Formats: sequence, structure tokens, C-alpha cells
Amino acid sequence: MATKERPEFETVQILAPDGTVVNPDLMPDLSDDQLRELMRRMVFTRIWDQRAISLNRQGRLGFYAPVAGQEASMIGSEFALNKDDFILPSYRDIPQMVWHGLPLYQAFLYSRGHIHGGQIPEDVHVLMPQIIIAAQCTQTVGVAMAFKLRGEKRVAICYFGDGATSQGDFYEGMNFAGVYRVPAIFFCQNNRYAISVPLHKQTATPTLAQKAVAAGIRGVRVDGMDVLAVYRVTKEAAERARNGEGATFIEALTYRYGPHTMAGDDPTRYRTNEEFSEWEQKDPLIRFRRFLEEKGLWSEEDENRVIEEAKQAVADAIKKADEWMPKQKVTDLIDAMYETLPPHLNEQKAEFAEREGR
Amino acid sequence: MAQLTMIQAITDALRLELERDPSVLVFGEDVGVNGGVFRATEGLQKQFGEERVFDTPLAESAIAGLAVGLAVQGFRPVAEIQFFGFVFECFDAIASQAARMRYRSGGRYQAPIVFRSPFGGGVKTPELHADSLEGLFLQTPGVKVVIPSNPYDAKGLLISAIRDNDPVIFLEHMKLYRSFRQEVPEEAYTIPLGKANVVREGTDVTVIAYGAMVHTALKAADEIEKTRGAKVEVIDLRTINPLDEETIIRSVEKTGRAVVVQEAQKQSGVAAEVIARINEKALLSLEAPVVRVTAPDTVYPFAAIEDAWLPDPARVAEGINKVLDF
Repeated sequence: MATKERPEFETVQILAPDGTVVNPDLMPDLSDDQLRELMRRMVFTRIWDQRAISLNRQGRLGFYAPVAGQEASMIGSEFALNKDDFILPSYRDIPQMVWHGLPLYQAFLYSRGHIHGGQIPEDVHVLMPQIIIAAQCTQTVGVAMAFKLRGEKRVAICYFGDGATSQGDFYEGMNFAGVYRVPAIFFCQNNRYAISVPLHKQTATPTLAQKAVAAGIRGVRVDGMDVLAVYRVTKEAAERARNGEGATFIEALTYRYGPHTMAGDDPTRYRTNEEFSEWEQKDPLIRFRRFLEEKGLWSEEDENRVIEEAKQAVADAIKKADEWMPKQKVTDLIDAMYETLPPHLNEQKAEFAEREGR
Repeated sequence: MAQLTMIQAITDALRLELERDPSVLVFGEDVGVNGGVFRATEGLQKQFGEERVFDTPLAESAIAGLAVGLAVQGFRPVAEIQFFGFVFECFDAIASQAARMRYRSGGRYQAPIVFRSPFGGGVKTPELHADSLEGLFLQTPGVKVVIPSNPYDAKGLLISAIRDNDPVIFLEHMKLYRSFRQEVPEEAYTIPLGKANVVREGTDVTVIAYGAMVHTALKAADEIEKTRGAKVEVIDLRTINPLDEETIIRSVEKTGRAVVVQEAQKQSGVAAEVIARINEKALLSLEAPVVRVTAPDTVYPFAAIEDAWLPDPARVAEGINKVLDF
């Protein structure tokens, strides 16, 4: 039986689902422009997600994990980071990578399995998306330790889902972060399902946030459909990390509207329509739009402008991805195995070079 | 020049690289105050401080993951896996993460990590400590695997491994740690990775070995020369991934006969790969089928039968006689 929720892990919320402010004391200090930018990014990402799903269905995208429903968690947390903070994402966390600076066409190339998708530009501080669940949790400690050793006021943040909290690497990473007191944030988007397995079959604890206690780091639980609350707790975690106060584990309560990935998952097999509608009522975009409209900061024109902007950006990025040269070759793969090719690979390269007409 | 054991030569290499390059970090279980369970890091924390030489919590996967994260940020981690039998705990971090960093990032990131680890039989460790798992890393493109057979090589190879920009698994045979001393120069020097060493020249048969088996092979070679006058060439591979095919093929073309010796089990692994290369490049030079002298295809045994399980000079000599008598 699950034990009772601990009061210290009460869910942080600023905006109620109807957009009213329920916790004015926690309201982050954001300018009108910043508030509008948060909305722009969420609308843009929702449209991009819809376009990505249709492109996938047309066979033009490749691997894709839908993000709708999780925009507040993704965008609110990334918005709280500095440009030189370092993101270790998992495969669904493409929006954080893009808003942190990865060009959209490279995200599409990654989806298509092109090597250029992982060639992160020099001034963009992200790692390629992690596939092995929770492997990024231990790497995050290494990145954060590097910042600490160099005396840089930078933060390393990794993203993962609720399923990842069952992995050893999740706990090992938090434990190392606790011991070394490194500037790290472990950001869990608890969307309640690891593909099909519901949270109660993943853990017997009433919250995920409390798992931080065992590692001796701070644990926070936040309404992951509330972009202001997500921004608030992430900003706080980043500031604490920068001030040498150690790592934070953030559990963001959210929901993915779509399937796990576009590779044949059917969520109706494991989720009810009632549950889906219940979470749609908490939608991060509706909530924040109401809040902004109330303040006179967002209009239908704004919304339409961003929708058009997003559609155009996706079309441009796909076009650039389509035209991206050079096409990938097996010889490129061989070249990327070692800094200097050993003789046996040189031989194999010559074989493929002939085949590939080089 | 000092007379050093292999463990002292390893400490010496670590010290020199820590001195030379501030991006080098040394960490693992018990490597700090304790200086490592074999004392490979003796005195290093005292000299370089806790920021550069430090203990980790007891979790191999996180040790290797930590190394990957540090490497992405430009450090050169030297991570100790306390015994190589524990490597399965961090196989993902090595094979899926470190080994693929260069490719997955199209060259944007690299993983210049050394995973140092004691391995090898004959010292009566508890089970799951001594296993020869190096063969697993022949099927792991993106890593290099280095196995020194003596103090001089250990120092030069470890310095090369630390300076290498790709992940290197550096395996230290426990039986060799203190079994003999050798002249080792005080200054830093490098021995290139991927280059084998002909440790005994001969014309009648080539014996290919690495790690502690180099010494077993040398004993067998002396015995053969004494008993039947045949000249045995012995090659110490030094690096098993990538293999120094050129040295192997050149020798086999000269002798026409070959025996491959390894402590590991027979199936797959280094000996199988060496024979495959000989078949591809020097089959027509062969006067006899190549023989493998290895442990049997079982799990690593409990200590009580370890000595019977491991190849010894008599078994190697038997193998050599077999190819000579074919």
C-alpha cells in the first residue's frame, strides 16, 4: 500500500487550470515581454508537434516522440536556465534542445537518423538525446562537477520521465550529486506512464519527489501544466546550484496527450478517455493564455501570428533537412569511430568508399 | 633508472600525467586516502588534492557515467573499476555512451577516458574478480583495449592511453602487479597504442599472447628450444583492440606456424580474432592449422581449481609441439 503524501512535497502551483493566480507570493519576476515569450514558445511548440506528427505519418520525419501536454514542463524549465547552462535531454526533450539553441532542421535530421543531427553547434550547450533510460543522470554529475572544478557558475540539468526513476542510474546519479554537492538539476516529467506502465506499478511511493530524500538532495514537486510554477521552481533550483547549495530533484506532474512515440504505440490500450479529458482540462496553453488575456498581454492575433510563424519555421526546417548535403555515408560512420583510424578500419573504409563511389 | 614493479610503474604514469595536464582526474572506489585496493593510486590524493584524486560512492555505473560527463566538458578522467569482473555494472556507460560519443555527436564531443581495471587469474581472488572479459570489448567499436605485460610497457602504454582522445580500457593483470621488477625510466615516455612487441625472435613458430600469458609463452618457448631446438618467436600484443595485424602477419609469414595463447575461455575473443586475421591475410603461408591454448569454455572457476583451469607453460608447449609436428 502506498503511504501518505508527505507535506513537504506538496505540489507547487501558481496558476489554477482556469488561469487564476492561486499563489501570488510565488509569482516569478518576469517582464511582460518574457511572459509573452513563454506563451509564444508554448504555442510554437504545440504547432511544431502537430506538424511533426503529420510529417511522421507521411514518412518524412522518422523517429518522433510527441510532446503535446508537456509544454509547460519543457519550456518553463528551459526558460529558467542561462544560455551556458548544460542540458542532458532524453528523446522526448527536443523542445528544450531547440529553445536552448539547436537549429530546428538539426532536430529533424536527428529524427531521421542523420549524423548532422547530433553535431551540436559550439555555442549550444546540450548533449544529444539519451535513449538508454536514466543514463544521462550519471553523466549530469560529471558535467556539473566540471563546472564546479572550473569555478564556473553554470548548472547541468537532465530530463527524464517517471519510468526512469526505477533505474539504478537515476538513484546513482542523484546520490553522486548529493555526495559531491554539484550544481545539478534532475528534472523528471512525470507524465504518469512509461509507455503503457502506470506510475503505481513503477513505485510504491506516493510522490517521486521524495526519492530525493534518500540521496540527500532537495526534492520539489510542481504542477507541470503550470508554466509559471515550473519556471519558478527551476529558477530556484538553478540559483541554489549556482550558489553552491547543491542539486535539486524536480518532479513535474504532467501528461502526454499523444502516444509514447510515433512507432505504433496506441495509448487507448492503457489509458481511459475520462483520464485524458481530465488532463486536457489542465492544459498548459489554455491556462496560461487565460492568465495573459486577463492581463491584456495576449490576443487572438498574437496566437494566429505565432501559429503561422511555427508552420513556416517547420516548413523551412524540413526543406533545409531535405536539402542537407552531404548525404550520409558508411565511410562517415567509420571515420567517426576513432580520432585516428586504425588499420583494420582503414581497410574497411576503402572497401565502402569504392562501393559508395568516392 | 629505477627498478619498479608494474603497480609502481602505473602509479608513476598517473603521477606524471596528473602533473603535466590539469584536465586529468583520477577517481574510483578507495582510490583516495587508501590509494586503491592494490595501491595503484598511492600518495596521489595527498600530492594533487581531493579535487583531482577522489573516492567515489560504490557504484560502477555512476563512476563510468561521471567519467562520460566530465569528458564531454573537456576533462580526461582516469576511472578505476576496482575489479574487471564488475564491468558489467558499467557496460552501458562504456559501450553505449563513451564508445559512441564521437559518432553520435558527429565529432562535436569525444570521450578521452581511461577505464583502468585489475583483472586476470592466478591470485586466488573471490569469484567474479579475475574474469578475462576483454573479448567483450573486441565487439565494442569505439574503444581501445590495452593490456601490458610488464612495468616498462605499463608506464608507457598508460601515458599513451591517458593522452589518447578515445576511450581506452586499460587492463592490469593482478598477477603481474608485484611479481617482478624492471628498469623503468623516471621521465614520461609513450608506447604507441595498437602496436605489438616481438619479445622473442624465432623462425620456426609464432606464439601470440598478451598480459600474463606472455610470460607463460616465454617459458614454453625456452622449453621448446631446449627440448627440440626449434626457434620460437613470441609476440606480446600489448593492445588487443585494435590488433597489430601487421606484426602478426609478418611473423606468421616468416614462421608458417602459429599458436595463440590467452587466459580467457576459448570461444570468440582475442585468439579467435587473431586466427581470423591470419586466415584472411596469411593462410597460404601456413604449414599447419593454428592452435589456440586457452581456458575451457566455462565460467571462471572458484580459486581452488584456478591453476588447473588457466593455461600453463606445459599446455603452451604442447600446443607448440602440435603445430611443429603437424
